[in-house]
Amino acid sequence: MEMDWYLGLSAVLFTIGVIGVLTRKNAIVIFMCAELMLNSVNLTLVSFSAQLGDVHGQILVFFALCVAAAEAAVGLAIIIAIYRNNLTVDVTKINLLRW
Amino acid sequence: MESYIFILFATMAVAAAVGMISSRDTVNSALFLVLNLISVAGIFLLLKAQFLAVVQVLVYGGAIMVLFLFVIMLLNLSDEEHMLSRFSVRYAVGFFLGVIVLSQLLYAIASVTGTLPHIHPEMEQIGTVESIGDALFTVYLLPVLVTAILLTAAVVGALLLAQRNISGKVNK
Repeated sequence: MEMDWYLGLSAVLFTIGVIGVLTRKNAIVIFMCAELMLNSVNLTLVSFSAQLGDVHGQILVFFALCVAAAEAAVGLAIIIAIYRNNLTVDVTKINLLRW
Repeated sequence: MESYIFILFATMAVAAAVGMISSRDTVNSALFLVLNLISVAGIFLLLKAQFLAVVQVLVYGGAIMVLFLFVIMLLNLSDEEHMLSRFSVRYAVGFFLGVIVLSQLLYAIASVTGTLPHIHPEMEQIGTVESIGDALFTVYLLPVLVTAILLTAAVVGALLLAQRNISGKVNK
C-alpha cells in the first residue's frame, strides 16, 4: 500500500472542508469544517511519519490535537457570545464589521 | 487485505465528510463528523500509529464533539431553510474554488507518486505509547508544559467569553 493513497485521501478530505467553509452559512458547521481540515492535515503528518519511521511527526499531531481542543473551546464560546447578541449564528447576518 | 480495509475506511471518511457539509440539521452534521473522525482513527491504525488512533477517538470523537453537541443543544437552532436554492452564485464559487484546491493538491501528490516509500518496518515500535511518551517527556518536555498553560488559558478564556453580560449593557 503506497503512501500516495493516504495523501490523496487527506487532500480529498481537506477539499471537502474547504467547500464546506465556503458554502455553508451556519457558523457551527463552518467551525466543524475547520476541524475536518485540521484532521486531514493530521492524516498527512501521520502518513509522512509512518513512511519515514520518525516519531516526531506523531508528536506534532499530538500538539495539534491539544491546540484543536483549546481552539474548539474558545471558538464555541465566541459562537455562544455572538448568539447572545444577535440571536443567530448565520454568518451572512453577522455583518457588523463587513464593508 | 490492507488495501481493502483502507478502501473501507476511506469511503466511510469521505462519505461522512460529504454528509456533514450537505445535511441541513446541525446535529446530523456533528454526528457525521464523529463518523469521519472515527474512520480517520482507523486509518491511523493502518499506518501503525496506535496511540494517535486512541487519542483521536477519545479527544476528538469524544470530548470535542460532545462540546459541539452541547453548544448545538444550548443554542437550539432550527434547520437551515432553502440550503441550495438561494445564493446559487455562492455555491458555484465555493465549489469551483474547492475543485481548484483539490486539483492543486492532487497535482502536487502526483508529481511525487511512485517515489514515496512504503510504511517503515520499524513503525510498529514507533507508534506505541512507550516511544511517544519517551519523546514527549524528554525532548518535548517544555512544549508539553506550555500546552498545559495553553489549555488553562483556553478554559479561562472560554468561561470569560461565554458568561452572561453582567454589566447589563445590551448590544442590540
